[in-house]
Amino acid sequence: MKFARVDRSPIALWWWTVDRWSLFALAVLMALGVLLSLAASPAVALRIGFPAFYFVRRQLEVLPLSAAAMFVVSLQTPRMVRRIAVIGFALSLLLLALTLVIGLEVKGARRWIDLPYFTLQPSEFFKPTFAVLAAWLFAEQKLHPKFPGNIIAVLLLVVSVAILLRQPDFGTAVLVAVVWFAQFFLAGLGWYWVAAGALVGVLGLVGAYDWSPHVRVRINEFLHPTAADSYQVNQSIAAFIHGGLWGQGPGEGTVKYFLPDAHADFVFAVAGEELGLIACLLIVALFAFVVLRGLSRLVQESNLFILLAATGLLAEFGLQATINMATTLRLIPAKGMTLPFLSYGGSSLLAMGLGMGMLLALTRRRLAGGPL
Amino acid sequence: MVALSRFDDNPCHARHFKPPPCAPVIRGTAAEEALETGRTRVLVTAALFVLLFAVIAGRLFDVMILGGGIEAPRAGQRPIPLPSRAPIVDREGRLVATSLKGVALYADPREIRHPADVARELARALPGASPEHFAQELSQSGTFVWLKRFLSPREEARVNDLGVPGLDFLPAERRFYPYGPLLAHAVGYVNIDDKGLAGVEGGLNRDLLGRRQPLQLSIDVRLQYILHHELRRVAQEFTAKAAAGLIMNVNTGEILALVSLPDFDPNHLDAPDPDFPKATLKDRLFDRATLGSYEIGSIFKVFTMAMALDSGTVTMASRFDATNPIHIGGFTITDYHGKHRPLSVPEIFAYSSNIGAAKIALACGARLQQEYLRRFGLLTQPTLELPEVGSPHYPRDWRPINVMTIAFGNGISDTLLQLARAASALVNGGILRPATLLKVPPGYAPQGRRVISEETSLRIRKLLRLVVEYGTGQFAEAPGYVVGGKTGTAERVERGAYARHSLRSSFLGVFPMEDPQYLILTMFDQPHGNKKSHGFATAGWVAAPATRRIVERIAPLLGVAPVDEKSPAVAGALAIASLKGKGIAPY
Repeated sequence: MKFARVDRSPIALWWWTVDRWSLFALAVLMALGVLLSLAASPAVALRIGFPAFYFVRRQLEVLPLSAAAMFVVSLQTPRMVRRIAVIGFALSLLLLALTLVIGLEVKGARRWIDLPYFTLQPSEFFKPTFAVLAAWLFAEQKLHPKFPGNIIAVLLLVVSVAILLRQPDFGTAVLVAVVWFAQFFLAGLGWYWVAAGALVGVLGLVGAYDWSPHVRVRINEFLHPTAADSYQVNQSIAAFIHGGLWGQGPGEGTVKYFLPDAHADFVFAVAGEELGLIACLLIVALFAFVVLRGLSRLVQESNLFILLAATGLLAEFGLQATINMATTLRLIPAKGMTLPFLSYGGSSLLAMGLGMGMLLALTRRRLAGGPL
Repeated sequence: MVALSRFDDNPCHARHFKPPPCAPVIRGTAAEEALETGRTRVLVTAALFVLLFAVIAGRLFDVMILGGGIEAPRAGQRPIPLPSRAPIVDREGRLVATSLKGVALYADPREIRHPADVARELARALPGASPEHFAQELSQSGTFVWLKRFLSPREEARVNDLGVPGLDFLPAERRFYPYGPLLAHAVGYVNIDDKGLAGVEGGLNRDLLGRRQPLQLSIDVRLQYILHHELRRVAQEFTAKAAAGLIMNVNTGEILALVSLPDFDPNHLDAPDPDFPKATLKDRLFDRATLGSYEIGSIFKVFTMAMALDSGTVTMASRFDATNPIHIGGFTITDYHGKHRPLSVPEIFAYSSNIGAAKIALACGARLQQEYLRRFGLLTQPTLELPEVGSPHYPRDWRPINVMTIAFGNGISDTLLQLARAASALVNGGILRPATLLKVPPGYAPQGRRVISEETSLRIRKLLRLVVEYGTGQFAEAPGYVVGGKTGTAERVERGAYARHSLRSSFLGVFPMEDPQYLILTMFDQPHGNKKSHGFATAGWVAAPATRRIVERIAPLLGVAPVDEKSPAVAGALAIASLKGKGIAPY
């Protein structure tokens, strides 16, 4: 792309102000997602009786939408982003609550709403929009101490986590809570409160183990990997081992045929088996690059809302990636969480496009210090 | 768009973003402090993320290069899981029972579109199964039906090649018995769920499930074959209804062979026994060697002799008048081979005099008889590594008539297992040991207890040898192997009374008598005399010759070398002093 510096069209302005390095990294991740879906999803599709390239086709249909969403949202002003987030949050919270009533039950959880042509997972859209909304609430509380931003943020968190636990979607609940807490922390939460929050988090995990059979099973599987039920994670490890340094070559994987969610939550294991350690490290580096570059640019940010919102979006992106990879590598108990842009999943892809679009919009170069 | 259009109007805006020096920075406000805190804490967040990504990268290296310290099965190198049931081998390590890995075929009838077509195809792929059977199963209304509980890998491939959706496999095992019916009652069999039901499979079911090492039996397949073969042959020759026998090592209690006929093929329980076509399944499964208890007849006199000699009631020189039958309480005790004269103790035994044995027992008395029989383990249920172990039957009131009939083996029934074990103790120097179907390590004899003195044991040996040399067991003489033994012909109890011409003919054989090693106990149920036996179906004509052939066939395998019976070393050791160097008149 080439734009003259003096070009004043919105596209040209966008091009010169957007974080092009991050944009490039995200584009590479999207391309890798297509490549990996070609490798991973035919095995799964054939196993469950779909045409071999069913998931590839779906991925190729949704990916342009995701990229378009990212582009269009990244054109917006921070104020517009905030509006999108508020509306998006309201919608996704409503749909999230609806999952409890009309949700589609899959593998014991009601996380999806069945719509014509596709199923929607509201929690995916909930995550980025809530991060932006929470940032606004925290920032407003700081700038206008009379505004009860913190209280509202706490209430929204409690409501949404309660809904997520009812689904149950323990992984997303933890992710949302951790991101929210990180934003609160950035907004100047006192150290005592930080310690108290960490304590609540630990107690919450213990409580979940005690009260939720689903969580208990997952954690027990993790602690006792020889049990028959940890089949998927064991296969995942086998895939990584099989891959070795250079991998078996694209399409040459064999363990992937025994990996039930090879196309979705365990796509990283397929990357490990077929592309090898070097490529896996590159993927990790891409995610790390997006997160760390974003955060390092925020050190110079002069608007508290943007600082909090962007950190929230980056933390969500980075945590989702690391939790997914840690699961496939059996570092933590299994969580139903996708690898951003690499895993198959329409809602996940679209929501990631939306979230990264908001991030890019917020981190465009602006005149510093002024109101939005 | 208003904000956007202002962007590059700012003269301070640089090519690369720096903290804007010209921005209207107002220090000290609450907002500015909050921003400052936020910026610092972004660094904390970034540091945490550096750590997270480093852990992921480190773990990738750990798993993909170092193997992760995890014993995840490598693709294509999955270890073949061991069968869940240990194999069984004979005393020389020959495989007699093993588990084969395969699959079981099942179907979800809802997914089968055309049951009749599928049934036909399955019947073609799996020989030996009828399409009707499959069609019936496939048309059931449930969601799961077994079609075949074990398929070999080849059969599995054939079913797979049919490409029928709705058919699926589960891992399965099947117990396989390479020798078929040969070890039927000793090894036993398992049910369709691999649970041992009979024989060692049943008795040691739990041990077999827990172990990886093969279970080693005391049985020797070669001896088992010989015993099996001879019992079958003789049972055929005399058209016996059933037969049973066992070979025991008298010094260790090990059972080297154990046969009960008619028997069964543990691989196919339903297949009839070709030599006993009329035998029912129940009949074939019944273990006559360990479960059935029988009145064994005159073989029991060996225990009467042991009691009388060991207790000092009689000596080898004692004489008892066997001229006239004994009449007691409406019964008459006669001698089958009557000599109608006073007989010495060796003569009573060799000619199998019921009158003499009854008088000897009477001289000992009921209490002594009970004590000795209990000591020999003939009044209690023995132990063995299989579930089919029978109990003895004996009178509750031990009256003089019972003392006399028990003396020659009537009115008391024991299993062949018990009789062989007790007889072993009489010839091995006097030590009673538990019988076992498991191999005893060489050079080791299990703990036993003394039941008679060594001197008594030597006298019993001499008496047993005398029976084969001069008495009723002459057809058991296998030249060179110094066989000793005792015949036993009992009238079978039919409808509550003894049936004169329905016999049970047995023989207790031991060899070599100068140093007893092996005991052979055989029994034939309802043999019928033939031309060759001049119409006789008694033990001397049926079981004794069978024992001779068995000895001649197994002795070389057991490493027993023939000797010269007339040599002073052998003849002198077995000579009975009271006969003063002479024998007795041949029977």
